[in-house]
Amino acid sequence: MKFHRIKALIIRQLYLYPRSFPRLMDVFFWPVLELLVWGFLSVYLAKLNLNNVNIISFLLGALIFWELLNRSQQAVTIAFLEDVWEKNLLNLFVTPVRIIEFLLSTVVLGLVRILTQGAVLGLIALVLYHFNIFQFGFYTLPFVVSLLIFGWILGLFVVAIILRFGTTAQVLAFGIIFLVQPFTAVFYPVSALPAALQWVAYALPSTYVFEGMRAIIASGTVDVWTLVMSFALDLVYLVLVFWFFYSMFRKVKERGLLLKLES
Amino acid sequence: MPAIISVKNLVKRFVNSGKTVTAVDDLSFEIAEGSITGLLGPNGAGKTTTIQMILDLITPTAGTIQVFGLDMKHNREQILSQVNFSSPYVSLPSNLKVWENLYTFARLYGVKDIKGKVDSLADFFAIRDLLPRMTSSLSTGQLTRLNLTKSLLNDPKLLLLDEPTASLDPDIADRTRKLLVRIRKERGITMLYTSHNMEEIAEICDRVIFINKGKWRDDGTPQDLVSKYGRKDLNEVFLALAREGQTEEAMP
Repeated sequence: MKFHRIKALIIRQLYLYPRSFPRLMDVFFWPVLELLVWGFLSVYLAKLNLNNVNIISFLLGALIFWELLNRSQQAVTIAFLEDVWEKNLLNLFVTPVRIIEFLLSTVVLGLVRILTQGAVLGLIALVLYHFNIFQFGFYTLPFVVSLLIFGWILGLFVVAIILRFGTTAQVLAFGIIFLVQPFTAVFYPVSALPAALQWVAYALPSTYVFEGMRAIIASGTVDVWTLVMSFALDLVYLVLVFWFFYSMFRKVKERGLLLKLES
Repeated sequence: MPAIISVKNLVKRFVNSGKTVTAVDDLSFEIAEGSITGLLGPNGAGKTTTIQMILDLITPTAGTIQVFGLDMKHNREQILSQVNFSSPYVSLPSNLKVWENLYTFARLYGVKDIKGKVDSLADFFAIRDLLPRMTSSLSTGQLTRLNLTKSLLNDPKLLLLDEPTASLDPDIADRTRKLLVRIRKERGITMLYTSHNMEEIAEICDRVIFINKGKWRDDGTPQDLVSKYGRKDLNEVFLALAREGQTEEAMP
């Protein structure tokens, strides 16, 4: 693995941001709008004073975490799709670039985007709603890391599907996360789900993050068990997604699908 | 001269909706160092599939490919760092500026003095004034020169050119051919070239390999093939070989 090649792939994407308004909107505008909608709803619910529950913390914490998961998945998938749309994949794969370098570049770029977004969202939440994402200390940081990893896993899964089945599958780039949302208990506890679906929920690493976040808000303590389960599941899915990705890429090369993907 | 590319008993079969199609069928050839070789054949002959197998974009069903005496499976990085490719059907990102595209690929190839390399190639291909422009604003001829500039960034020993003059007007196509001949003369780069323009092939290729339905049909210098088949020019040789075994009714 060569760092200069990963750096080249990242810089290439960064060239685009200063002059692309839609890209800047994607990084800042949509997440901020969502934060505003949920923030005002939270303020309204807080005024209703429902059992003295800290509604703002629950909803805004969940929303910011959800945005991190959503954006980390999209960062990986969209970076790949940009090369498909620009018909640049063949140019890249006739260089010595290795698949792992290509994937790592999308992950690092995603991290840069998310850190920027997180800073902006965190600042707005602090100024408008007096909600500090780090109000419970830096305990939340490992949960954020786990969430980012699961986002990348979903992103790589979608990239593998698009590679194998072509751009007809690109709708998954924007839709897959919403297949996960009802089961991962973002805005409500797992106990709110029917018993059968709770098994699905507990198979997702992100569920433990959202449950863990609620535990921190409710009691101020970290539930180490949720953290361990979240990272353990991340590890399992990471191994599976790499296996899946490489087997799809092998099939793509066997069937000559790289050229067809761009035509 | 030593062989830069050595292809032995290459086979590629695709399975499509349960039907097996043989795109390349027991193909063998060698490309000598410093030569310009034309890989010719009608549409669907297997030229693009062969080039993509040489570039490790498609996995062969059987047979071996060696580039610089090395096999791709175990030496991919080493081989591809000395190879480049240009095709009008493969774009550079249109949303980047010309210099951004060239700098990106220079970084990917680990070029040390990126600015010096890009500037000298930009002068060679007369695109220096295009460097600050968006790639999307370039004409077809300018894009061809940009693609060729990109293809020399790593000082390749082997250049694979897939119809590099397709969709160019005769003037730009002629200039491009002259540039390619100059590159070979000045840099000694080995080139494997596909084109449907037989005049062009006759003008710049030392040797042509003719394939049809994935099989090797013949090879030799353009002049030798014209003499061998008793035809007026290479275009007529192409027609004779492409229509071999076909009846008038079978033709479209």
